[in-house]
Amino acid sequence: MTLNRRAFIGTGAAAAAMLSAPRLGAQGKPRVVVVGGGAGGATAARYLAKDSDGAIDVTLVEPTRAYYTCFFSNLYIGGFRDLSSIGHSYGTLASDYGVNVVHDWAVGIDRDAKTVTLAGGAVLPYDRLILSPGIDFVEDAVPGWSVAAQNKMPHAYKAGSQTELLKAQIEAMPEGGLYAMVAPPNPYRCPPGPYERVSMVAHLLKEINPTAKILIADPKAKFSKMALFQEGWQKHYGGMIDWIGPDFGGGNVSVNPEEMTLDIDGAVENVDVCNVIAAQKAGRICDMAGITEGNWAPVVPATMQSRMDENIHVLGDSTNQGDMPKSGYSANSQAKVAAMAIRGALTGSRVFPAKFSNTCWSLIDTDDGVKVGASYQATDEKIAKVDGFISQTGEDEALRKATYEESLGWYAGITEDMFG
Amino acid sequence: MKTSRLFFACILAVIGWPVIAEEIGDAERGKEVFNQCSGCHEVGRGAENGIGPHLNRIFGRRAGSVGDDYRYSKGLKRAGNDGLEWHLDTLDAYIENPKALVSGTRMSFRGIKKPQDRADVLAYLRVYSDNPQNIPEADPTALPPEVDLPDEILAMVGDPAYGEYLSSECKICHQADGNDEGIPSITNWPEDDFVVAMHAYKRKLRPHPVMQMMAGRLSDEEIAALAAYFAEIE
Repeated sequence: MTLNRRAFIGTGAAAAAMLSAPRLGAQGKPRVVVVGGGAGGATAARYLAKDSDGAIDVTLVEPTRAYYTCFFSNLYIGGFRDLSSIGHSYGTLASDYGVNVVHDWAVGIDRDAKTVTLAGGAVLPYDRLILSPGIDFVEDAVPGWSVAAQNKMPHAYKAGSQTELLKAQIEAMPEGGLYAMVAPPNPYRCPPGPYERVSMVAHLLKEINPTAKILIADPKAKFSKMALFQEGWQKHYGGMIDWIGPDFGGGNVSVNPEEMTLDIDGAVENVDVCNVIAAQKAGRICDMAGITEGNWAPVVPATMQSRMDENIHVLGDSTNQGDMPKSGYSANSQAKVAAMAIRGALTGSRVFPAKFSNTCWSLIDTDDGVKVGASYQATDEKIAKVDGFISQTGEDEALRKATYEESLGWYAGITEDMFG
Repeated sequence: MKTSRLFFACILAVIGWPVIAEEIGDAERGKEVFNQCSGCHEVGRGAENGIGPHLNRIFGRRAGSVGDDYRYSKGLKRAGNDGLEWHLDTLDAYIENPKALVSGTRMSFRGIKKPQDRADVLAYLRVYSDNPQNIPEADPTALPPEVDLPDEILAMVGDPAYGEYLSSECKICHQADGNDEGIPSITNWPEDDFVVAMHAYKRKLRPHPVMQMMAGRLSDEEIAALAAYFAEIE
């Protein structure tokens, strides 16, 4: 799905610059353009259209027609979901909510003219712009790896074809082979994601290749739900998973995609599958808009407005907002705050105090689900944590099963909330 | 024994208060109050499950955990999985208004409104739990919290527009189409039940950590606002 994204953006930008396309958009109504149709963008588009009752002209720009959620894509790898069950279309947003859905890449933003240029040449004017592009990878973060190597060494950190590829590679591993993961440094999308993935890979291998091994090279000394995952790995996959933290060189890695080798602090391993999840940064369009500081786009907590441009709101993984983790749930929560603030600014509707929350469920093995969550509020300097909870080690099986079933309910709930 | 008055101690050792013996209620009188319950529930020697589960050793028991031969409602089973245990505080809340504590319970009972009646019937039930003469050790629960909502909270008129915004947070998990797989449905929920349920989460009488967190930061006005919004869309 994201193959050759960079190359495509490059040529698209050149083509668009040569065209002078007509402006789109209905006359007279305030216009909001949303770039990115994931948990942040789709939710924002739906809430803006739904709650303004047609008073705001909402355009959603998203390159893919079939959107695969990153959340639950690990469950596809583990064999708990099929790929089609995590795929969604934008049909209902268009037909039932009146969102103009444009399947194209946004390749340029003119903040003075307040326009978005698309790869196909169209220029969309906006009164407010929402950027919710997710993540891109920091170049040269893992020596030897680049996005160009993603077919040899997949990241599978944007769901769809990458996820399919990774699963196919794992299924094709030789008996007793080695799956390696290069885990990312903080901050990154979905903090428990790499470790849920390892759990799901272990679940799959236990069924089809039980003598295979899993190796994780990690630059972090601690990771999300660490005690819960380690307890679960011991219980379900004893001896299969080897985690190498920074004390043992896990942060000093390089790869060779041609040779299929992984170098951990000078020790070279031959690997059968190498899942490189490199360091991350805001989706590229944020850089193009000039609203990033370092790798991320700083925002005003109460409204999710960019600190660089009050006409742009940024949602989800791309933001630097404070205490919330980068997750689909967080993006969905932020989208509702932004949609309310934008309606208030453009139509004079009432604005209430911003409230944010997040919960992340992870599956360790069949019917063994865990969760972590927190609630947040907007302060002047950041989105600040108010209260939180986490599953406990040693919980009984009935509770873990209920937690997993709860995650299924959440998946149905949030995708309905995003796509209608 | 079974007609003796029962006592329990609330030990406030942390702040150095002396041990205070607190009376639950009058078990003898509670036996009379139990007549409201005995159509469905048995308690005492030879008690069996009937329309409702038997109530022997109810104190300290996980909700929804009486063997395989009793079919609980989905709501009660779920509350048990979430960690609801029957202690003085939770039982008191449950018999005051079953739906406040467990949505979707099959216990069709209007509740015992008088605090003294509840205290007495719980004192009676306590006779049939383990080591009743030794209550603090057997079940060292706190004093029953005030579960009656003051009239001014119940009478509060919420702002439905604010409720609509707040409700967007509910819809991340609770499906708008009413499907209740994994997560309970919240559509067509009577307004009063909703208000008491939110306050029960807020006071951590209901067990679920996500809901305790969500309700915990809602003010009385915000709960009223949500109720007003949900009432409007019915």
